[in-house]
Amino acid sequence: MNLELVALQAVLATIVTASTPLLLAALGELVTERSGVLNLGVEGMMVLGAVAGFAVALVTGSPYLGILASALAGAALAVPFGFLTLNLVANQVATGLALTLLGLGLSGLVGEHFVGQPGVRLDKLHLPLLSDIPFVGPILFGQDILVYASLILAFLVYRMIFHSRLGLILRAVGDNHASAHALGYSVIGVRWGAVLFGGALAGLGGGYLSLAYTPQWIENMTAGRGWIALALVVFSSWLPGRLIGGAYLFGAVTILGFYVQGMGVGVPAQLLSSLPYIVTIAALVVISKRRGAARADTPACLGQSFVPDR
Amino acid sequence: MTFRSALTRREAMRSALLGSVVLATGLGGSAVAAEKLKAAWVYVGPVGDFGYSYQHDQGRIAVEKALGDKVQTSFVENVPEGPDAERVIERLAREGNQLIFTTSFGFMDPTIKVAKKYPKVHFEHATGYKKADNVAIYNARFYEGRYVIGQIAGKMTKSNTIGYIVSFPIPEVVSGINSFMLGAQSVNPNVKVKIVWVNSWYDPGKEADAAKVLIGQGADILTQHTDSTAALQVAQEKGILAFGQSSDMARFAPKTQITSIVDDWATYYVERVKLELAGKWKSADTWDGIAKGAVYLPEIKNVPDDVKKMAEETIAKIKAGTLKPFGGTITKQDGSTVKDLDDGAILSMNWYIKGIDDKLPQ
Repeated sequence: MNLELVALQAVLATIVTASTPLLLAALGELVTERSGVLNLGVEGMMVLGAVAGFAVALVTGSPYLGILASALAGAALAVPFGFLTLNLVANQVATGLALTLLGLGLSGLVGEHFVGQPGVRLDKLHLPLLSDIPFVGPILFGQDILVYASLILAFLVYRMIFHSRLGLILRAVGDNHASAHALGYSVIGVRWGAVLFGGALAGLGGGYLSLAYTPQWIENMTAGRGWIALALVVFSSWLPGRLIGGAYLFGAVTILGFYVQGMGVGVPAQLLSSLPYIVTIAALVVISKRRGAARADTPACLGQSFVPDR
Repeated sequence: MTFRSALTRREAMRSALLGSVVLATGLGGSAVAAEKLKAAWVYVGPVGDFGYSYQHDQGRIAVEKALGDKVQTSFVENVPEGPDAERVIERLAREGNQLIFTTSFGFMDPTIKVAKKYPKVHFEHATGYKKADNVAIYNARFYEGRYVIGQIAGKMTKSNTIGYIVSFPIPEVVSGINSFMLGAQSVNPNVKVKIVWVNSWYDPGKEADAAKVLIGQGADILTQHTDSTAALQVAQEKGILAFGQSSDMARFAPKTQITSIVDDWATYYVERVKLELAGKWKSADTWDGIAKGAVYLPEIKNVPDDVKKMAEETIAKIKAGTLKPFGGTITKQDGSTVKDLDDGAILSMNWYIKGIDDKLPQ
């Protein structure tokens, strides 16, 4: 392979790893928001997932137990959020922000003794024959399992939301909780499930950072990815398919920025760093031109607390 | 250093919370014998960053080890720059600390302000430029280390392409790039450096991404002026060589790290606390480098003996003062020349030397 192809391969493979944590976290939040709950604590749940995954993998030596732990930690941090906003009807925005603060502080505390320790790396898959195909093999068939899991999960979430009874109930709860309640569905119950699922996936996204992306723990290693995940959910207009596109677009523009810098063509680095955001906003503007369609997918009860009246 | 602590509001809130907890638990209930000297450190980040604040805290620990029960140290971490810092510093002064180290650029004005109110307390501010009778300033010549690793990289690269991951275009970083390149050019006239700005001190994910892209573009040695070990780990995964940053990162990548540029504040801190104990503390302006051990390079590994020997000789020359990275005639990117740069010129550097293709973000 010549040099340009090697560079291109590196860029494409890097785009996949850069996009996966965003996709995982955003997918969880998408389900949460589809149930009508806005959880701004994604960053906090992610970072707690990162430290939990790292710690468990280091202690047990198994990255797979680490993955499990990161999902559990994310879900565990979602529990106080669920209790406060669903059972005690606290304000979702304020509680979500507090959850981020809590997650960042708690992860720093838990992770104190894990700073500066080399972690356990989640290995990339090697499928005989497939992974050895020149050029596309390592990109398509040589990633770690969480990359495939994130894509499969996105597909399953899509099936669940639009082609299952459960999805119908979820959307009903998110669009009109009073009616869903009147029909006899447990609004609080469904929302609890969605909040826990969102927490688990945010934790998984964080675990991806500390296990596969950069196997190490340092405080605040998510560096704002939780907020980007939140923005991607809006960007996707709550559609899983579009979410994959959004996450990969964001990852791609970030990585291409580095690529262009490395070529030394003299494009200002600050512009390149802001490019992913600019592109995301531009795409959002284009999408929202079809206003009717976008609104149809927005959960009508998003952010509204539900108090059963009887 | 300014940017290192450009905290978001979210982080600032957290820091304020943590800060007050540390203050309440760490300093509130301390009852000690009066003859002990109380010294305190103020950090901008968590001591667990395994980088900048971590290294300062290693210095504090060294003071405790060296002076034992003559001194009682404490620290406050995660202190945001600005009004909060002033409160923290003032509280430390009021608590009876006689010597207070404020370790980030943005603590400069708060330190000066508090120092005026407490003329009998001695303060030391790192990386700033405002001095007073009871405020000393100190910094380290990180760029000297960069010259040495530049030489090693220039010798070791086969593709003549070195990848350099950087944070923000401030003078400290720019002088580092120039010094690195001067070192590389001194042994290899054909060497090129690819520079990627990640616009963060601290985002392991982005640092790793930049590393992967640079390797893909043909870089066969990596160096960085960002704080995490991510780039080093990527280099190890891809089987190329790299350098550490701020602390010795060898255990993250034993087969990859050639050496690292370690900030070692221990010698300085021990010396200053000793002076304070002896009653001989005076305000000063200290900018030490390799000679005084403020910057040092851990044992050079993973390179052939002749390269190791060359680097050690360079270190010895810098130590002896016979080699100054910014001594002699230096050609700028635009072709103009400068001679024997003084400290002021190094501390305000905002241009590249000839041979760097990148355009400096302004």
